[in-house]
Amino acid sequence: MKKLNAHGIEILVGAFVAAGFVAMFFLAMKVSNLGAVTVGDGYQVTARFRNVGGLKVRAPVSMGGVPLGKVVGIHFDDKTFDAVVTMEIDRKHAQIPDDTYAKIYTAGLLGEQYVGLEPGGSDKNLKQGSEIRMTQSALVLEEVIGQFIFSKAQEGSKP
Amino acid sequence: MNAVLDWLAALGRAGLGALERLGRGHLLLLGILAGLGPLARRPGLLLQQMNSVGVRSVLIIAVSGIFVGMVLGLQGHYILSRFGAEATLGVMVAASLVRELGPVVTALLFAGRAGSALTAEIGLMKATEQLSGLEMMAVNPVYRVLTPRFLAGFLSMPLLAAMFSALGVWGGWFVGVGLLGVDDGTYWSQMQAKIDLHEDIQNGVVKSLVFGFVCSWIAIFQGYDCVPTSEGVSRATTKTVVHSALAVLGLDFVLTALMFGK
Repeated sequence: MKKLNAHGIEILVGAFVAAGFVAMFFLAMKVSNLGAVTVGDGYQVTARFRNVGGLKVRAPVSMGGVPLGKVVGIHFDDKTFDAVVTMEIDRKHAQIPDDTYAKIYTAGLLGEQYVGLEPGGSDKNLKQGSEIRMTQSALVLEEVIGQFIFSKAQEGSKP
Repeated sequence: MNAVLDWLAALGRAGLGALERLGRGHLLLLGILAGLGPLARRPGLLLQQMNSVGVRSVLIIAVSGIFVGMVLGLQGHYILSRFGAEATLGVMVAASLVRELGPVVTALLFAGRAGSALTAEIGLMKATEQLSGLEMMAVNPVYRVLTPRFLAGFLSMPLLAAMFSALGVWGGWFVGVGLLGVDDGTYWSQMQAKIDLHEDIQNGVVKSLVFGFVCSWIAIFQGYDCVPTSEGVSRATTKTVVHSALAVLGLDFVLTALMFGK
């Protein structure tokens, strides 16, 4: 093998380090969600749900199918027995009416759950710390099936 | 009665020996870390070692990364297509590579490719009394020989692991999108939606840093601590690979439990 001089080694090591950082950059930009919505500089709003189903922290918060932010915390209120969901919304979207309606949807039949917002008509906007008052809980599949079977059974019992 | 006492004595000797080696290993580590200051004045030494430890490991890491990614793509597609969930192939490939396979397989290959070479080199230096020769010339062999090798291993590892994961993701893409017809857009978008920079990638880098530290430490200690004969060097080289592999797999479980367990 050819003996490398000092300059050749410097070039090789430089190329190696550069390739390593390119690989890390690729992982950060292309593989992870850094290139997508980066929230962190946003405002937080809360919403109370009777039941959040399988909602997880980091689930997207979207309006009209476009992600505006993410869920940053889910807590349980000991007094009202509600689930309190804290959401962080990108500061770019500061014009959301304060009577917006929040609902927990499921992406596809087996997909993960997310919070969908539907805009209201109020003049005032949501801001840091405000609460979304109108909410609808997650659809729990077992309850829906149970109700369906119950209603079918009632139909059947009528003469 | 005597046999029992002998057995107890052997057990005690083995225990004390293990404890002593552990102590020597940590003292050596302190010596190596103390050499970081003097090393900063001679970065050329580090460059040479980066070349032999890092650059020359690139080929095996790159080839393994691509093939591991391709196998993940094939197997993942085989299982996911039964549930009609081929769209999540990218997530599966990227998550398994970035979280586990990238750091772990890179560390195992690194121990086999670079760690064993480090041990053999240092062990032979000891056997041929080159280390004593350095000491005779008032050069600290730990600073001059061990510290650059340790730092080179520690720094090379995360870079190699990142290359492994990146090429693996590409290999999975090649098989999934190129050969098996998964949609290109969903492969990337599902991956980007599910892989988190902090949760997945940063933790993978932390893992590879820990593995780099441990593998280099084991390799250098085994070389420095070997019995200075040809048999001793061969045994030390074997020990490097075995201990590194066990340490990597054990630590991987602990780190996974600490970082991903909730």
